[in-house]
Amino acid sequence: MRVIDVKEVAEAVAEMAVQTNHFLGDDVKCRIKCRAMEEPWPVAKNVLEKIEENIAIAEEGVLPLCQDTGLACVFLEVGQDVHFTGGLLEDAINEGVRKGYAEGFLRKSVVGDPLRRINTKDNTPAHIHYEIVPGEQVKITFAPKGFGSENMSQIKMLPPSAGEDGVKDFVVRVCEEAGANPCPPVVVGVGIGGTFDKAALMAKKALMLPLDRENGDPYYAEMEKELLERINNLGIGPQGFGGETTALAVKIMTAPTHIAGLPVAVNINCHVSRHAERIL
Amino acid sequence: MEYRISEPFTKEKFAQLKAGDTVLLTGTVYTARDAAHKRMVEMLQEGGQLPFEIKNSVIYYVGPTPEKPGNPIGSAGPTTSYRMDAYAPVLLDLGETGMIGKGQRSQTVKEAVLRNGAVYFAAIGGAGALMAQRVESAEVIAFEDLGAEAVRKLSVKDFPVTVILDSKGGDLYSEGRAAYLESRE
Repeated sequence: MRVIDVKEVAEAVAEMAVQTNHFLGDDVKCRIKCRAMEEPWPVAKNVLEKIEENIAIAEEGVLPLCQDTGLACVFLEVGQDVHFTGGLLEDAINEGVRKGYAEGFLRKSVVGDPLRRINTKDNTPAHIHYEIVPGEQVKITFAPKGFGSENMSQIKMLPPSAGEDGVKDFVVRVCEEAGANPCPPVVVGVGIGGTFDKAALMAKKALMLPLDRENGDPYYAEMEKELLERINNLGIGPQGFGGETTALAVKIMTAPTHIAGLPVAVNINCHVSRHAERIL
Repeated sequence: MEYRISEPFTKEKFAQLKAGDTVLLTGTVYTARDAAHKRMVEMLQEGGQLPFEIKNSVIYYVGPTPEKPGNPIGSAGPTTSYRMDAYAPVLLDLGETGMIGKGQRSQTVKEAVLRNGAVYFAAIGGAGALMAQRVESAEVIAFEDLGAEAVRKLSVKDFPVTVILDSKGGDLYSEGRAAYLESRE
């Protein structure tokens, strides 16, 4: 058994909140750079170059990449041989969010109740998912989620007869309906199978997969490629001004499902596709 | 076309703009997003006064990050505009000449833009650090309790925007996409 003080968790969360809001992952940066070079439409190329300029300014550490520094989504994979001490784990995660968002001068974008809408003023509570895994490590993934893109996400309970074509048409339609709203070029996370809730969670987790690594299942790797091509044939382009680069990548996660169902969820992320991992 | 336009932001100055033009704005721009729009329209319904002169005003849909010491503003890119669609026509009819945001607008807003000879601009979404560098000063002038959503008076210099809806009915979101798709045929 390994003992971990929850203060370590709080510290890691606070650091990642600041880090993710100023520095994009190399995979995302690289994809944007490639697209800026390859984009055939001048207006679109210009927008992609401005986005690169924005990334460079944020890396100086003074101004966050985007003013929507997100709702703090935290994913914890906890080894089953870990014992936490020093307080409640959930409190520590929220303490980390509070500290990171205050000390990093990040925006507080959370309301305590969805209808009464009073800002909690410290960006808590975080949205936390726990998973118990073998071993004695803790993996923390921190992903601040902006809501311009979150609002354009959709879920559909398709009948199994809709099949592969039904799933693909739905994914493309969601991107077309989103248009300019989610700050394209977007990253498209797709969850297929499971249950209503599982599909949505997979779609969100898919957004955190490295963009430079292919899907391990050749069937879905092919589907990701085809979907990316179809989305980029829509012509929406960066910021919706027209052009080829509407999406940077499509990422799919799947799970076994019921004989009667074919759930499919599409979670959209903007080009500021932020996430970081830390292993304790 | 590229234009440089300084305040006052009159309909006459905006009349030449066409969807797809890029413009560098210099002068005063007011910030307001969801909560501030709701409050302003409620104030008007109750017979009150708006916190700034609406005639010839440009409203920027933004909720910036807190400014670090020594900086006029934090990251300050546009938020998605459709959430302001329910309120924007009221302000346009009172003389607001420009809106800055991102994303599609409703038919009602498009009609109000046309009726009033106003313009809807887009700033680059997700480029808040870049946009912040063109803001020279920022001052909260109303609804301080709303934090990021408070109304701020910004002084901007060469603030880069793209015309989405022009005063003659042009719409870059449909025209830009169509032009690109046509170029591939």
